[in-house]
Amino acid sequence: MTEIVIETRGLTKYFGDYCAVNNLDLSIRRGAIYGFLGPNGCGKSTTMRLLTGLLTPCAGEVRVLGNELPQQAEALRRKIGYMTQKFSLYDNLSVMENLQFVAQIYGLTKRQSPQRIAQLLALYHLEDKQKVRAGALSGGQKQRLALAAATLHEPPLLLLDEPTSAVDPENRREFWERLFDLSDAGTTILVSTHYMDEAERCHGLAILELGQKRADASPQQLMRQLKASVFLLQGDNLRQLGKQLAPMSEVISTAQIGNTLRVLLAPALAEPQQWLQRQLPGTSLQRVEPNLEDVFVATTGVGYAKSAQN
Amino acid sequence: MPSLRRINAIMFKELRQLARDRITFAMIVMIPLIQLVLFGYAINTDVRQVPSAVVDLAGTAQSRQLIYDLEASQVVQFSHRFDSVVQAEQAMTSGVVAAVLVLPADFQRRLALRQQGVLLQPVAQWITDGSDPLLSGAVSVLSQLPLTLQGIDSSNNPAAVMQVVRYFNPEQRTAVNIVPGLIAVILTMTMVLFTSAAVVREREQGNMEFLITTPMQPLELMLGKIVPYIAVGCIQTGIILGLGHLLFAVPLPLHWLSLLVVTLLFILASLTLGLIISTRATTQLQAMQVTVFILLPSILLSGFMFPYAAMPLAAQWLAEVLPATHFVRMIRAVVLRDAQWWTLSYDVVYLAGFTLVGLVIATLRFKKRLD
Ligand SMILES: Nc1ncnc2c1ncn2[C@@H]1O[C@H](COP(=O)(O)OP(=O)(O)OP(=O)(O)O)[C@@H](O)[C@H]1O
Ligand SMILES: [Mg+2]
Repeated sequence: MTEIVIETRGLTKYFGDYCAVNNLDLSIRRGAIYGFLGPNGCGKSTTMRLLTGLLTPCAGEVRVLGNELPQQAEALRRKIGYMTQKFSLYDNLSVMENLQFVAQIYGLTKRQSPQRIAQLLALYHLEDKQKVRAGALSGGQKQRLALAAATLHEPPLLLLDEPTSAVDPENRREFWERLFDLSDAGTTILVSTHYMDEAERCHGLAILELGQKRADASPQQLMRQLKASVFLLQGDNLRQLGKQLAPMSEVISTAQIGNTLRVLLAPALAEPQQWLQRQLPGTSLQRVEPNLEDVFVATTGVGYAKSAQN
Repeated sequence: MPSLRRINAIMFKELRQLARDRITFAMIVMIPLIQLVLFGYAINTDVRQVPSAVVDLAGTAQSRQLIYDLEASQVVQFSHRFDSVVQAEQAMTSGVVAAVLVLPADFQRRLALRQQGVLLQPVAQWITDGSDPLLSGAVSVLSQLPLTLQGIDSSNNPAAVMQVVRYFNPEQRTAVNIVPGLIAVILTMTMVLFTSAAVVREREQGNMEFLITTPMQPLELMLGKIVPYIAVGCIQTGIILGLGHLLFAVPLPLHWLSLLVVTLLFILASLTLGLIISTRATTQLQAMQVTVFILLPSILLSGFMFPYAAMPLAAQWLAEVLPATHFVRMIRAVVLRDAQWWTLSYDVVYLAGFTLVGLVIATLRFKKRLD
């Protein structure tokens, strides 16, 4: 199961002068759930569109399921399911009508499609919503419908662009259960997100910033490999301490979390704990294992880290 | 190879959406209905009751008789009476009247001399507001009336040099000419707008991004989008012709098959025009603007309002490009003159060619990509 399903070399896309995807190398195995994690505008959607053949790359090579893009985009269409960031089914058609439409477009036969649709309605808990117009569904229901539509023709590759942006945590878990089912069955899934908990579930993860890949490994590896050190501070004047530390060049970021202040220190420091204690005499501090958010903040540079504090 | 199943899927989806869009659905019926009634009743090139003034400097029995006779013709209505030409001119400048009849003080003498064949000059004068050629043209017809000392003598009309026999619309009713032409205008408006909006809407609402990642082919999408509106166009044509017959006694065509052929050709041409627009426009508002851009020349140059023959050559060339021009010509031929469609081969071939070329252009221009 080490077959490579998606491979890109130097993938680049410009919109005018703006470089939305910059020299991206990807290599994604069959059956993996692979995440794109990154702030708004970092090029997640653009990358997905490049991988589906919706956009033509300005430079670089793309091979998806053995098809060279953009030349063989048409051959790829039957083999992928794409769930767009914005709901792209028809608001004024019912759940059932939408699914029937998609089934016909994908060429399911009259025999196959009722079975398949019934199966999907049950799987995504939409049975009692069959006759409801898609526009009247809740955010989570819409996303389940979109996933049902994207998987209707059982494609070996799924591209999901922020599939759970309007979904509550409970439904998000449920949604991910379905993704793992699909992955188990051999479907490769590409999913973009800016939720850490979601990114943490992926088998592989690319952290994108300004169209560039900053890191690419499994979430566990990324956390283990993080060179920056993480400390939790406790005390009375956390706001004050945070303001004091933030401008220092040794400090990557500070973030208040309830009664603690989480401080990320640059890897260059030889003895980070002593250094920090020296800056803040009398404050209790404790070194902790980095989590994915720390990895994200440390790898995506200062701009985002500073803005995340506010 | 286009898949019939996919074309069907798009077609039925389109019909469903159309049926659920109450306003658009209502417009399909209301546009032809309202326009027909408005145009049919309001537009009349047969000018009557032009508000006029009279400056009667003669004040004789004959001059009063003339004024009376002219009013009886119903072309003019003498609403004002002035003592001097200057006053009458002022009234015309301010727009109160559109024509002034001046009867000179020696009207009586001139009339007598003219009747004896001594005088060849006119005996009276019409001053008309030439800024409206249609009005002043109607009034100038009055100058030809046979005038004698006994008043206007219509019984003793000298035989015309040439006889005019009016075929097809002997009573010269404008509605008879307007109603078939109105089909062209309404179909241009609705067909072009509906299809362009139907495709652009998918792009605007984000459906297109999904649709183009499916195996759906551009031609399938185009055909699926067109077919429902063919039915819509036929319904609208039916409404206009049926109501035109009921309200304005516009004759029904003798050859229904010819009506169907020319109408379908025009509907298809308009729909492909809409498709071409949709490959360029990114919002429904843009689609609307381009439609209006095409609609105005279709109303003004197609021969619907003003005679094609009266247009300068350059305008005629431009008009020839518009599908509406060809359709106005054909529908009038079929409805008013009972022509058969194959006798109109030039226009038939043009519209068929327009559709074919348009469909190819639209299909080629439609990219299954976002950039
Ligand atoms: N069609 C386009 N024309 C011009 N610029 C574009 C276009 N599409 C995207 N961009 C730009 O490219 C950059 C990346 O956009 P993209 O939509 O890929 O971001 P994203 O990572 O999906 O963000 P988000 O999390 O907000 O969805 C943005 O700065 C955006 O403004
Ligand atoms: Mg995006």
